Amino acid sequence: MSVDYSLADVCALACAEAFRGDGEILVSPIGTIPTIGARLAKATFSPDLMLTDGVASLVANVVALGETKGQIIEGHMPYRAIFDLVWSGRRHVIMGATQIDRFGNQNIANIGDWAKPKAQLLGVRGAPGNTINHPTSYFVPNHSTKSFVAKVDFVSGVGYDRAAALGPVASRFHEIRRVVSNKAVFDFVSAEKSEGGLRTMQLRSLHPGVTLEDVVANTGFSLVIPADVPTTRGPTEEELHLIRTVIDPKGLGKKELPG
Amino acid sequence: MSDKRIREEDVVALLKSGMTIGIGGWGSRRKPMSLVRAIVRSSLRDLTIVSYGGPDVGILCATGKVKKVVYGFVSLDSIPLEPNFRAARQQGTIEALELDEGMLQWGLYAASLRLPFLPTRAGLGSDLLRVAPHLKTVKSPYEDGEELVAVPAIHLDAALIHVHRADAAGNGQILGPDPFFDDLFCMAAKLRFMSCERLVETSQLLDDGPLQTLKISRMMTDGVVLAPRGAHFTSCDPDYGRDEAFQREYATAAVDPEKWRAFHDRWLTIDHAAYQRQLAEGDAAR
Repeated sequence: MSVDYSLADVCALACAEAFRGDGEILVSPIGTIPTIGARLAKATFSPDLMLTDGVASLVANVVALGETKGQIIEGHMPYRAIFDLVWSGRRHVIMGATQIDRFGNQNIANIGDWAKPKAQLLGVRGAPGNTINHPTSYFVPNHSTKSFVAKVDFVSGVGYDRAAALGPVASRFHEIRRVVSNKAVFDFVSAEKSEGGLRTMQLRSLHPGVTLEDVVANTGFSLVIPADVPTTRGPTEEELHLIRTVIDPKGLGKKELPG
Repeated sequence: MSDKRIREEDVVALLKSGMTIGIGGWGSRRKPMSLVRAIVRSSLRDLTIVSYGGPDVGILCATGKVKKVVYGFVSLDSIPLEPNFRAARQQGTIEALELDEGMLQWGLYAASLRLPFLPTRAGLGSDLLRVAPHLKTVKSPYEDGEELVAVPAIHLDAALIHVHRADAAGNGQILGPDPFFDDLFCMAAKLRFMSCERLVETSQLLDDGPLQTLKISRMMTDGVVLAPRGAHFTSCDPDYGRDEAFQREYATAAVDPEKWRAFHDRWLTIDHAAYQRQLAEGDAAR
């Protein structure tokens, strides 16, 4: 290890990589780690990305988490404008997922039966509309068989099996780009052994120090596992410097995700 | 121009049990809390609440006012899950219609345009249509033939919103960064009530903000309630931010019956004037 980085840095960087090549669209990172990632992508390899302050302003420059001082406002982005953007497709969101399955179906609504849930969560928020309209990725900070499940209790964000069932017209804007957990990074591929050519979750890389056995044991379904699984890349010195001094000087990422 | 100034109690007197009531704001932001508390003190019940939900939904659920909630989410923002709403759902004491955030906007917009529905892709493939089988799809009559969700109009009997400035005629000004969907709630409703931080002369409406902040016109309102700090404890930027300490107290009380009784008796049984005095005493003590 040439530089001394943390799990939070690896996850933030993996979120940043999900935005690589996105160009001039709105990116909406939900939560601390995805936000560090989005700002890092904008500050380095994807400078054209558009980001809000989390309220209603588009911010042209990259400032520290939670800071408004020094922000350069480049536009107004209230929720109504965001919904319009969602439906126009010029957006990529990283949402959370209380549960996710191998087709990328996501649940943030409730655990148990919807009619009388064991645990009521947020509600579906924008997940149905996001997933059917533009690229969606997920960040799951607590990788276990409780979050990576065989079947989600309530489909909030639409996965590849549901999208395929809608047919090619309705599903033409559907894309689950990436899933980042605290153990590994995943994407979705149409593999021979997966059902009916449907895209299912593939292990894309293992975070430094995480074993394949660990990920398999903590995943409630079978993953597509390539013969050669790379290690999730760590930050360069420049990237780490940006995280530590510009984007997250207070270390909020590490507070949220120790290790 | 008619003078539409009324008090919280007058608003509640115009509402009836069983009504469908839309509440503006978003999560724990710019909620008409003095009007919500007036409902708590009333004999109203069996209400259907339509909301981008926050403590408005939670408090009305916890005080037995709600039959059904129509929502895209219910959250306190800085505290992700709304404890009173969770309890009501988990105990099965309320009915629910769960919608995607954008579907909720579309339902209000359809009602405000007097259309039976508006089409969207949002909802397709999700479980929303499974648990609400009355939600139908519609096929595009054009060459594409695309199948879309037909979000039915959400007609409101009444709408409650809170804004920064208003005049006595019922024109409203939103100085905050996001007007949310307050205008749609008003347009979708038969009776429209707006509380405000400050009442000003019509000629002063542009003193605090540009033309674009005059989002609510008097043809969209039936009553104006002067309620300084009326959104407390939710945020009302730029006039004041969320009272995070108070919100934590609310959320802590919501999961403890004894604490909840104390919170309820202290804060939910008094009129807005007394509520403001009590807040001011607390401010002075801090």
